[in-house]
Amino acid sequence: MPAGNPLFNHHQFAEQNTMMQPPIVPPPQQQPGMYAPPQVPQGGGYQQGGGGAPNTNNPFQNHQQHHQPHIPLVQQPPPPPPAAAPGGITSSSNRYPPNPALQPQNYAQPPPVPGSYLPPQQAPAPQRYVISGQPVNPSNIYPTIPSPGAPLPNNYSNQQQQPPQQYQNLNQAPLPNSHNQNQYVPPQNQQHAYNNGGVGVNQVTGGLNSMSITQQGFNKLWGTDHADLLKTRQVLPPEGVKSPEIRFQHEYMNHVNCSPDLFRCTLTKIPETKTLLQKARLPLGILIHPFKDLTQLPVIQCSQIVRCRSCRTYINPYVYFVDQRRWKCNLCFRVNDLPEEFQYDPVTKTYGDPSRRPEVRSGTIEFLAPADYMVRPPQAAVYLFVLDVTTLAVDTGYLKTVCDVLLEHLDTLPGDARSQIGFITFDSAVHFYNMNSSLSQPQELVVCDIDDIFIPCPDNLLVNLEESKEVVRHLLTNLPGKYLSSQNEPRSALGAALLAAQKILGPIGGRITVFCASLPSVGPGSLPNRQADVKSVKDLTTALNPSTDFYKKLALDCSTQYIAVDLFFLNSQYCDVASISCISKFSGGSIQYFPNYHMVENPIQAKLFEQAMVRYVTRKIGFEAVMRVRCSRGMSIHTFHGNLFVRSTDLLSLPNVNPDAGFGMQVSIDESLSDFQTVCFQAALLYTSSKGERRIRVHTLCLPVAGNVNDVIQSADQQAIIGLLSKMAVDRSLSSNLMDAREAFVNAVVDVLSAYLTTQNSLPNLALVAPKCLQMLPAYTHSILRSMGFRADLRPRLDDRTQFMNQMKTLPLFQLIQTIYPDLYPLHTIASVPLVQVPQSSRSTTPENGEEEEKYPQFPVLHLCSDRIEATGVYLLDQPDLILIYVCRNVSTQFCEDVLGVQGFVALHEMDDLPELETEWANLIRNFISYLQSNKPYQVPIRIIREDSRERMWFVNNLVEDRGEGSVSYYEFLQQLKNMVK
Amino acid sequence: MAFTFVAFSYILALIIDAFLIFFAIFNIIAFDELKTDYKNPIEQCQSLNPLVLPEYGLHMFFNVLFLFNGEWFSLVLNAPLIAYHVHRYLSRPVMSGVGIYDPTSIMNTDVLNKCQREGWIKLAFYLLSFFYYLYAMIYSLIST
Repeated sequence: MPAGNPLFNHHQFAEQNTMMQPPIVPPPQQQPGMYAPPQVPQGGGYQQGGGGAPNTNNPFQNHQQHHQPHIPLVQQPPPPPPAAAPGGITSSSNRYPPNPALQPQNYAQPPPVPGSYLPPQQAPAPQRYVISGQPVNPSNIYPTIPSPGAPLPNNYSNQQQQPPQQYQNLNQAPLPNSHNQNQYVPPQNQQHAYNNGGVGVNQVTGGLNSMSITQQGFNKLWGTDHADLLKTRQVLPPEGVKSPEIRFQHEYMNHVNCSPDLFRCTLTKIPETKTLLQKARLPLGILIHPFKDLTQLPVIQCSQIVRCRSCRTYINPYVYFVDQRRWKCNLCFRVNDLPEEFQYDPVTKTYGDPSRRPEVRSGTIEFLAPADYMVRPPQAAVYLFVLDVTTLAVDTGYLKTVCDVLLEHLDTLPGDARSQIGFITFDSAVHFYNMNSSLSQPQELVVCDIDDIFIPCPDNLLVNLEESKEVVRHLLTNLPGKYLSSQNEPRSALGAALLAAQKILGPIGGRITVFCASLPSVGPGSLPNRQADVKSVKDLTTALNPSTDFYKKLALDCSTQYIAVDLFFLNSQYCDVASISCISKFSGGSIQYFPNYHMVENPIQAKLFEQAMVRYVTRKIGFEAVMRVRCSRGMSIHTFHGNLFVRSTDLLSLPNVNPDAGFGMQVSIDESLSDFQTVCFQAALLYTSSKGERRIRVHTLCLPVAGNVNDVIQSADQQAIIGLLSKMAVDRSLSSNLMDAREAFVNAVVDVLSAYLTTQNSLPNLALVAPKCLQMLPAYTHSILRSMGFRADLRPRLDDRTQFMNQMKTLPLFQLIQTIYPDLYPLHTIASVPLVQVPQSSRSTTPENGEEEEKYPQFPVLHLCSDRIEATGVYLLDQPDLILIYVCRNVSTQFCEDVLGVQGFVALHEMDDLPELETEWANLIRNFISYLQSNKPYQVPIRIIREDSRERMWFVNNLVEDRGEGSVSYYEFLQQLKNMVK
Repeated sequence: MAFTFVAFSYILALIIDAFLIFFAIFNIIAFDELKTDYKNPIEQCQSLNPLVLPEYGLHMFFNVLFLFNGEWFSLVLNAPLIAYHVHRYLSRPVMSGVGIYDPTSIMNTDVLNKCQREGWIKLAFYLLSFFYYLYAMIYSLIST
């Protein structure tokens, strides 16, 4: 042990403590059996040599070396049958010891209630651990799995009655389970998996100084232990960061909260007062993905939708039934009458028990709205495509892709017999197409007077898709050729085209899809090239803000007419995304950006664009939408983020809503919540489906209230926090400047860690301690500060930066996190990682897999750090828009042959897809990739790159924890944080 | 007792100040309506924005009169508000029309609170200065 290093001294001390631990095994009466310090697993022995000094001076030491001896544990024979425990103690990620072998397979699953929703990614996990004596029986597995809202005390009481032996079983039982299912868990995996175990030990030992053992046990039990970030190298759990569970005190055990994929709060326990929130120094807000594609969603048609009479809250699982006829609203506490109809349960077809209704059984529900939810008859699906045909745009060849995709999916465009479609093209003039069904081919009408744009003919620019399908086909077939040949104008009259489009759609509403590849330079809405004005980071503020309010005003006009504008940028030159994107930002549109798009020269981008187009034209769409977010009395929504227009304090106008849009809201606490045990948020999205039905989708999220700072901090959801902070940072960099935003980011993290430090007394001085739930926060922050959007140099192009910021505002949390911190998986460990079942929902998207049971290897997620890259490795980097497979030089021949289809690294070429090989490994990796793809809105291109190729920078640039040009490494960043945390 | 230019400017200031009080009240009510969901922010901004420049102009107008009269004390009292008005207008969001209120950001609770607070403070200031102008007017009328 290098004695000179204070960090190591501490460590040594910690280890000694660890070794002294057996006598302090808690007595069974006091200690829930769940408590399990990591060293307890027997047999393998915890032989971490106190004197076996790590061979490095790096305080950022790798704990995996220490724990190698632990490995045999995984291969132990199954333990003796667990002691008969009355109540099943069931899996829940936080109640385990940080045991390497089982962590990757933990899934905390809400129990699927009949008719409830199951998110696509979270279909019933095949590997569940039922730790008590009950066998794992798939048929009765649901009741034993606690929901996120399940009350822990219940379990807790069970455990108190357990005999002491149970203690051992708890540690061992899960292991054989994984063992049985995975046959073999070989060493490579343990290295990664074990890292986590190292964290656990470190956490435990680090905290020993200050905490009593009981306290510590409880902390571990509740997942509230902490670690010194400077010494813990592996803070990323191998199974990836999951959303924390929401834990209630005792009620509501059967109720299902809204899925965390749809609705998340930055804190899973709401502080009871504003002061408490300030003490915790955490941002409070909710992130919502309201229109996500769901595989299971209870839809209810009833004559009267039950709502609170005073606050208009929809009835939800968290209301209180005063008696059979009355219910008490959980947001405003008014007692309301129940309609007669509500006594009837449509599922079981019985009367008398209102609590069996699907409305009170599911946190997410959809109603078919009766006529009083309409201000006008539901509109038809209306699509207007506005295509850029300037020289720059035509040269990219995008018209061909767009027209081909549309031709192919013309019959599957969401809509009914009333659907209408129209096309406009623009260069320096605006071209309209009369597609009357009586015509044999479309008639082009050109309006050159762009300063005072008018509609050349009143009808037939927007035609019924069914009636005019042939004409539309004709147009789509000929459009790419038409502009390929002619000499096009370089100037773009985007503004005029948009005005025209708005005039055409004005009476009905609908969706305008704009393809834009060049800077609008003539007519209304023309924009100057502001790129040259940006000479320093300070100038960025103006360049990131719109230069004109033309697009914003137009967007507001569109918004009142139920028109949404979706943008596709295909520019290779500066296009002022900042100004133009206002048209989508305030009209509920989506902004997609394909920089340097070229159909031939940039095949990856071309493929991505094509997939995005297919998704775009076939995805669900909601017209005439409004969303209202209500929250319990005492709280209020403060600021809204996303592409929307705020029409009143809690009402968002979304002319269109699409399934890929996410929203964020900052929440403030106005009054003390100490009288309440829980608070609720309810988001109700009222929209017209493409079939002309008026529907309301209601999401309800219920959270417990906490009264002390520690609870609040321990309940933090780091991903949601980053999601909210990044939205706030975007606002900050637009209103103030980028450096302020960066500073605010760092301050936010420092604040949280300082607040945590004050709640913990007498921690070792040299530590940067973070609670378990916030350990990735610095890594995410560090990464976001280096990202295209927030880096403090002028290297990213202006448009790239703007689009990054747009994405921060609108991406659903999963993709947002992946944008900031992509997932890195070691593919070469395939022989050793456990296999898991492909979730049901994602299997449907890969129909070729047929009937047989599909499994994919569950690779551990790695830190984005170059010292995790081994020379013999193959790594998969999962980014939102590209999957990179990075093959290192010394990759094993077997892997090359089995998966890559080549003899060895030398023979490997850069490829755009894995070869279709029928080997076991190739199949598994294909399954894995299709699983990853199923988590994305659309399939993204795959690129296989060699370690020595030029494209390696694509990969290397994503290793954000390394030191980069002009930016500090993650470790240096942590040291900076440490100096700031007080 | 003399009806001087000074007295005249104070009388004007008094009258204008009464208008300004109405402006401030109107602003407060408008923002309150926004807060309580009665009005659409687009319409509300459309009604508020045209009034911004007249308000600033009127306020500046009688201060110019004070300047000509050498009423330094009154001018100094008003100087902070003038500076604030100039600053407020220079840092307005990108807009093609007149005014300072942007319907897309006005519903942000921070902005709304700030605007409302600004309204109350201005109302208080105008009310106090109303009495001051009254006093100054009488003083200038009776002093020779």
